[in-house]
Amino acid sequence: MSIARQVLNCSRFTCRSAHVTCRKTFTTSQHVMMSRHTHAKRIEGLDKNVWVAFTALAADPSVVNLGQGFPDIPPPSYVKEALAKAASVDRMNQYTRGFGHPSLVKALSQVYGKAYGRQIDPLKEILVTVGGYGSLFSAIQALVEEGDEVIIIEPFFDCYVPMVRMAGGKPVLIPLRLKSGKKTITSADWFLDPDELAGKFNSKTKAIIINTPNNPIGKVFTKDELQMIADLCIKHDTLCFSDEVYEWLVYRGHQHVKIATLPGMWDRTVTIGSAGKTFSVTGWKLGWSIGPEQLMKHLQTVMQNSLYTCPTPLQEAVAQGLLLNYELMDQPECYFTSLADELEGKRDRLAAIVEEAGMTPVIPEGGYFMLVDVTALNQDLSHMDEDEAYDYKFVKWMIKEKKLAAIPVTAFVGEESTKDFEKYIRLCFIKQDSTLDAARSILKSWTKV
Amino acid sequence: MGIIRNIAASLVLLRQSSVKNNHKVIMSRRLHARRTDGVDKNVWVEFTQLAADYKAVNLGQGFPDFSPPQFIQEAFCKAINGGPQMHQYTRAFGHPPLVKSLAKFFSRIVVQDIDPLEDILVTVGAYQALFCAFQGLIDEGDEVIIIEPFFDCYQPMVVMAGGKAVYVPLRPREGSAILSSGDWVLSADELASKITPRTKAIVINTPNNPLGKVYKTEELQMIADLCIKHNLLCFSDEVYEWLTYDGAKHIKIASLPGMWERTVTVGSAGKTFSATGWKVGWAIGSGNIIKYMKTIHQNSVYHCATAAQEAVAHGFEREYELFGTPESYFQQLPTMLHHKRKKLASCLESVGLQPIMPEGGYFMVTDISSVKVDLNDLSTKDELYDFRFVKWLIKEKGLATIPVSAFYSPEHSKEFDKYIRFCFVKVNLTFLT
Repeated sequence: MSIARQVLNCSRFTCRSAHVTCRKTFTTSQHVMMSRHTHAKRIEGLDKNVWVAFTALAADPSVVNLGQGFPDIPPPSYVKEALAKAASVDRMNQYTRGFGHPSLVKALSQVYGKAYGRQIDPLKEILVTVGGYGSLFSAIQALVEEGDEVIIIEPFFDCYVPMVRMAGGKPVLIPLRLKSGKKTITSADWFLDPDELAGKFNSKTKAIIINTPNNPIGKVFTKDELQMIADLCIKHDTLCFSDEVYEWLVYRGHQHVKIATLPGMWDRTVTIGSAGKTFSVTGWKLGWSIGPEQLMKHLQTVMQNSLYTCPTPLQEAVAQGLLLNYELMDQPECYFTSLADELEGKRDRLAAIVEEAGMTPVIPEGGYFMLVDVTALNQDLSHMDEDEAYDYKFVKWMIKEKKLAAIPVTAFVGEESTKDFEKYIRLCFIKQDSTLDAARSILKSWTKV
Repeated sequence: MGIIRNIAASLVLLRQSSVKNNHKVIMSRRLHARRTDGVDKNVWVEFTQLAADYKAVNLGQGFPDFSPPQFIQEAFCKAINGGPQMHQYTRAFGHPPLVKSLAKFFSRIVVQDIDPLEDILVTVGAYQALFCAFQGLIDEGDEVIIIEPFFDCYQPMVVMAGGKAVYVPLRPREGSAILSSGDWVLSADELASKITPRTKAIVINTPNNPLGKVYKTEELQMIADLCIKHNLLCFSDEVYEWLTYDGAKHIKIASLPGMWERTVTVGSAGKTFSATGWKVGWAIGSGNIIKYMKTIHQNSVYHCATAAQEAVAHGFEREYELFGTPESYFQQLPTMLHHKRKKLASCLESVGLQPIMPEGGYFMVTDISSVKVDLNDLSTKDELYDFRFVKWLIKEKGLATIPVSAFYSPEHSKEFDKYIRFCFVKVNLTFLT
């Protein structure tokens, strides 16, 4: 007999004795009925999302959007052509191999075989997913559960924490700390304190998530820094999820290092990449995980029980794009190089615009975001909602009053670190020059007031 | 000699353990999450591989061997060439033109005002919509009723969500010859007997895969009555909704009184527009339920590919205008498949098999009990009869199908091991003659 029915039966009984009790019990049974439609516990507290709020605000066409991380520059024409070509082939419009379209996993195996300096099995060591996001999800669902702790470095791409929580894990946060007396601050001035990091590892630590180049700061972890993390992973027998979606966007004087290539790390690392970030096609939502079979097989299990397979024509087109650039690797015509060159110019341009406006940029070594310190503007926001962090208020105010959109950086940190990051906003610079010019006009007129 | 043998043995042991340490055993504690236990096997992986190995004609897996209709291919091309925003992120819960056209289209069908932003979630195929439903709404210990035969993913999805699958089989009607999927029915008493205080939801699939059954209003009403009585959720997988034959009518359980607020209806662009490789699907339901699925979606894949959604939106705009007319793809496709279905059935009958005529969907189930073959393949000795038969058919006759017991629970599979499933959504059935 259902609970609702039992409660109703009771209510009939008590009804005879007291009218008031009857009404109360009816409400209880109604409540019981409604509560049957409640959500699973795994999503408790995970419904809020910074993007939902800020994408809506920035959607106004009169707003210059340097917020959400997507290009307004077109993708290379050959990837679009490859997609159109794939879509014209009958078979390409039907299901492909679940763990990754054969031509794509082969191309990935080639490109990354070179990058890793090892043979990568396309069928057993690669999984194609719905964006880098989907890879993070598959890895965390496959390998993290109740009782596991996962170390996350702040500031972090905001999905890491809810994903770990949804898997029943406990996020353990550690901030990058600014160490600089220098006039020009770069992402290289943000460090992990080795002792602080070591102190976060314990017997429950299942994994550490690293993101290099980092979103939002743009830090490109050096080999030494990665070695320090690797040593701890090996010592504590911890896994490493390495989010490297911006791997090709590294600027002069810096080098992207794959933690999985350090000794002892291949067997315990899942490395994540993204077609969206690689080819400026975020709307294709294709990504991949690469790692040893004993880890990848569990990600594949999650994949086969969640969405089974990714779209075929998109995978075929990405395969073509990878093969083309594989031939050109290390040459200036290679998109992985040419895009980085193009973005370095935009980076420097935006940094100058920001400085002109009296704010302090943190020059990123990689990625396509820039942190900007707005302290010097001394903007009075006392009229706004008390409860929100300064950067949330600042960005909302800036969108409304100045028609310029950014993303508040405290969205990328835990509560305890809020005070250290609330004077920063994040700007995206993978934008057309005209967009950056428009931002410049806004910022110029701002300081004139 | 003895010493050498000892040393050799120790060396082997040492080597073995060092190989283990270097390659396999890197965690002294448990590596993979418990949620992946017991959900790693998959019938498709095994049989697709076998079909490929023997270069068999594949009537197993369910996808068309023809192209999507021209108007939708054109819409996709247009989207691809449609400006940079077509290649960048769109709205996470569904591309605005798509959710608007879905809301408009389906509001007319269910006679319910569907809110495009609140009541619809666009997903990576209907598969991911089902995943979001189970993950968002099923908790540890919740029971979920699954009607057999069932599309095989329902069971592992229930398990991965911590739920417990409870099965109720469709059974051939007593007495008369089993000629149609309409002859397979659900016993109201048997279904009611499976409901307990822990039952959270029931999963229905109409038109059904693999049987092709199209549930009639009375049958859905019976299920609806139980859902309302016991306050259950209903997950209704309707991916084949446009593929009904011989005048069978597809009915949406969500349109029955009292069902909108408790039903998640899942649909598929892949099946609707013969483009399974696009992986665009959706869940439609009351915002109160969809919102929980959105939370799963935003913490798993977040966005779906933009250009394909744009193309599907155009597809639905076109079909909205042409609905009910002969130009509608939703008329043309079932008409074309109607003939394929008949052709396959007569061919199977001519070789002594007994097909069950499907009222809807992509598939035809055939009774193989009257066929006498010598399944002397020792490698399949311990498997169920239909699994053995299918493997024999692949290896000896170069024809790939799927064993129907794969769509049954372990407790009932032995009762239903004399059926195999064919996909007839193929233009190229010439080999049959």
